[in-house]
Amino acid sequence: MKVLMFGWEFPPHISGGLGTACYGLTKGLAQQGVEVLFVMPKAVGDEDSSIGKIINASDVEMPTTTSYVDDFWQNVSFLPVSSGLIPYLGLEEYEQYVTETENGGGQRSFTHLGGKFPFSGKYGTNLMEEVRNYAYVASKIARENDFDVIHAHDWLTYLAGIVAKKISGKPLVVHVHATEFDRSGENVNRVVYDLERLGMEQADAVVAVSNLTRNIVINRYGIDKSRVFAVHNAVDFSGRKEIEVKKAVKEKVITFLGRITYQKGPEYFIEAASKVLKRYPNVRFVMAGSGDMMNKMVQRVAKLRIGSKFSFTGFLTGDDVNQMYAQSDVYVMPSVSEPFGISPLEAMRTGVPVIISNQSGVAEVLEHAMKVNFWDIDALADAMYGLLAYPTLTDTLKVRGTEEVNSLNWDDSAIRVKEVYEKMLADSNLG
Amino acid sequence: MKKTLCFYFQIHLPFQLRRYRFFDIGNSHQYYDEFNIRNYLNKIVEQCYLPMNKVLLDIIKEHGSKFKVAFSITGETIEQLEQYAPQVLDSFKELAATGSVEFICETYAHSLAFLKDEKELERQLKKQAATIKKYFNQEPVTARLTGLMYSDQIGERVANLGFKAIVTEGAKHVLGWKSPNYVYSNVNNPDLNVLLRNFHLSDDIAYRFSDRSWSEWPVTSEKFVNWLDVVNENEEVINLFMDYITFGNRHSRATGIFEFMRYLPKEVFSHDKFEFLTPSEVIKKHKPVGPVHVPYPISWSEEERDLSIWLGNDLQNDAFTSLCDLGEKVRFVDDASLTQDWERLQDSDHYYYMCTKWMSDAASRRFKSVYSSPYDAYINYMNVLSDLISRVNEAVAEKVDLLMKDSHYANEISKFVIPHETEYSSLQIKKIVELLGQKAGKSLLESN
Repeated sequence: MKVLMFGWEFPPHISGGLGTACYGLTKGLAQQGVEVLFVMPKAVGDEDSSIGKIINASDVEMPTTTSYVDDFWQNVSFLPVSSGLIPYLGLEEYEQYVTETENGGGQRSFTHLGGKFPFSGKYGTNLMEEVRNYAYVASKIARENDFDVIHAHDWLTYLAGIVAKKISGKPLVVHVHATEFDRSGENVNRVVYDLERLGMEQADAVVAVSNLTRNIVINRYGIDKSRVFAVHNAVDFSGRKEIEVKKAVKEKVITFLGRITYQKGPEYFIEAASKVLKRYPNVRFVMAGSGDMMNKMVQRVAKLRIGSKFSFTGFLTGDDVNQMYAQSDVYVMPSVSEPFGISPLEAMRTGVPVIISNQSGVAEVLEHAMKVNFWDIDALADAMYGLLAYPTLTDTLKVRGTEEVNSLNWDDSAIRVKEVYEKMLADSNLG
Repeated sequence: MKKTLCFYFQIHLPFQLRRYRFFDIGNSHQYYDEFNIRNYLNKIVEQCYLPMNKVLLDIIKEHGSKFKVAFSITGETIEQLEQYAPQVLDSFKELAATGSVEFICETYAHSLAFLKDEKELERQLKKQAATIKKYFNQEPVTARLTGLMYSDQIGERVANLGFKAIVTEGAKHVLGWKSPNYVYSNVNNPDLNVLLRNFHLSDDIAYRFSDRSWSEWPVTSEKFVNWLDVVNENEEVINLFMDYITFGNRHSRATGIFEFMRYLPKEVFSHDKFEFLTPSEVIKKHKPVGPVHVPYPISWSEEERDLSIWLGNDLQNDAFTSLCDLGEKVRFVDDASLTQDWERLQDSDHYYYMCTKWMSDAASRRFKSVYSSPYDAYINYMNVLSDLISRVNEAVAEKVDLLMKDSHYANEISKFVIPHETEYSSLQIKKIVELLGQKAGKSLLESN
């Protein structure tokens, strides 16, 4: 079986969990004898291509005939036009975008004759333009390659997936790693929501990373539940070097690691920290990461007068992330809404017991973790205190947690995904 | 009677913190950014200290002991000059040797901690006085505190340490209808003279001098002396207090600030109505006209003339509480390097960077922040402080353990500590210190 897979990022150049998940799944599928053609907007060349062929969309030379463009539009007349609503943008970036647009830039038609598209593969001002260009390039890739199934990861690639389906007539799977409701709470970006919904409606099957996400897909996007499958993510620790770190901080360390945004529930972490500090002084809380709520959180910590026991590290990358796990005694993920959540698994693997919110997909897979509701700061404080004060609890969670996390692997997820492919192919053969 | 002009210049260079990350806590105890410290120092030396010292020396050469100025140079600054620019220190020594220059005493580390810590005011003022004696061979009688801070209570504490005068801001909300141009006294201790800054005339030089949108621009020596002239003839002393970086840094050489100062004394003397005196001479000549009531601390900063740029928000207050909580422990362990780090973290400049007052307006600030935001400043400072706290706690635990081994103390100390506790509170340490004091007193009696 051969899969044409559209992604947006791939290790080592990642800014979130999406790239890591794509890599793990691709690797797992390769184990199952599924051949993957992985398309990404911008490949640098140092990606691990041993597990599948990587197609760099920035390298694709578009045809120079007008008939090609006409043909494209005939197939994909549903493509939305530019709206000016752009996700993932800060205030300054948006202001810059508006100025550029007013000066007449940025409003080109995206179906060119010939040439290549220099994708950035980032999440910048021209994100929507890149999403459309990506779909256009996908039309050529779909024509030139041979495959059985199309698989698109997250809304950025759904258009590409749909175009490929229209051109090739092959069945499409869209993979939901996060929904707009997870990212923005109830203040959804309409453009993104519409794209997500379009993708799910056009797809033959929708794969969600947890039951939590599957429910959102069914309830909030109105997708027929017989077409929605939950396949949990896993972690791949092979090839990861063990780092020897001496714990430098004298106190016990409780860590929050992630973007400091509404979705991740940083304020619940702080409120619980303040409660714990009243009972257990020999502990240091660390909030690692950055985000739009960072200053507000710093302010709150100062207001509670716990700043000498509460550290902010700013944004961490690469080795520093592993360092951070190694310095931790307890890891907390109090997410308000988390489709899956890989980071607790990383912590468990390092032998750090974790507290996770029930509102995370990963809570569906993990047995050996403390689980609380994100809003229940008393329960969160209780769990923190328990892990600090009762060594037996901590030791048990460490040992069993490490075992549990090592037993998770992408092979199981890949088998489930392969089953979805097979079901789809069977259905399309019947139909 | 001739009207007195009293010039006093403030000099302070902080020990700038380096980017100290969470991962440095427990790993590195090197907190300072030597490169930036040195860079900034070199810039100020070239722009201000060397050229302005030369201007002052030239004036003194021309007019002799008729011309007087006062300086306050923090101990931290002297440390830095000693290390990186000894020629500047020599130039200040040369000024000291003329007899026309008085050195004012302040907290060695430009500290804020004296607001909360009873003992730190005395320790740092004495340390600074010893430094002034060592370098400039003077025994200071005049004091000033960080940001020209003053209150009735602070003044009383300073008086108890033997100082005869203190300089502060002639804040409007404190003076009301009264004029800053007299000597006043402290409410609780009438022996302490209070000199008040004339902020109009001081800021004409310190801030407005190079402001081309100001209707009075350009300020010439003649013009400035005319302004001095119109001050009510019964008023006695005009205090012109400002940062030394006014000359050459805030107002660049091109604005003519050096020429203005170079020829100001000549113009002043030509009127024959004025004389220059230093603060300690001012209080010999002029008696206080009455007490000045300052129930709440004032300073020379901002429109409000209060402490809000240093201790005005939660970030600053959280950091300050944690810092001051260390005092008792630092004195207990009495370790040179811990004391030095604790002292340097008291520098008000660290707190200035955490100020959020300017986030909405772009008003002119005394100096620029090296951090991207007050939050950033807070995070960096707290990381350093956290490391210091853990070092101090470790040293405290060691010393307590040692004392516990001594049968002389063990019984009594164990009354209020649980041995091998990970962290003792500063209250417990305070009790141990008191106990040690009593024991020492007793053993003295016994040996007698």
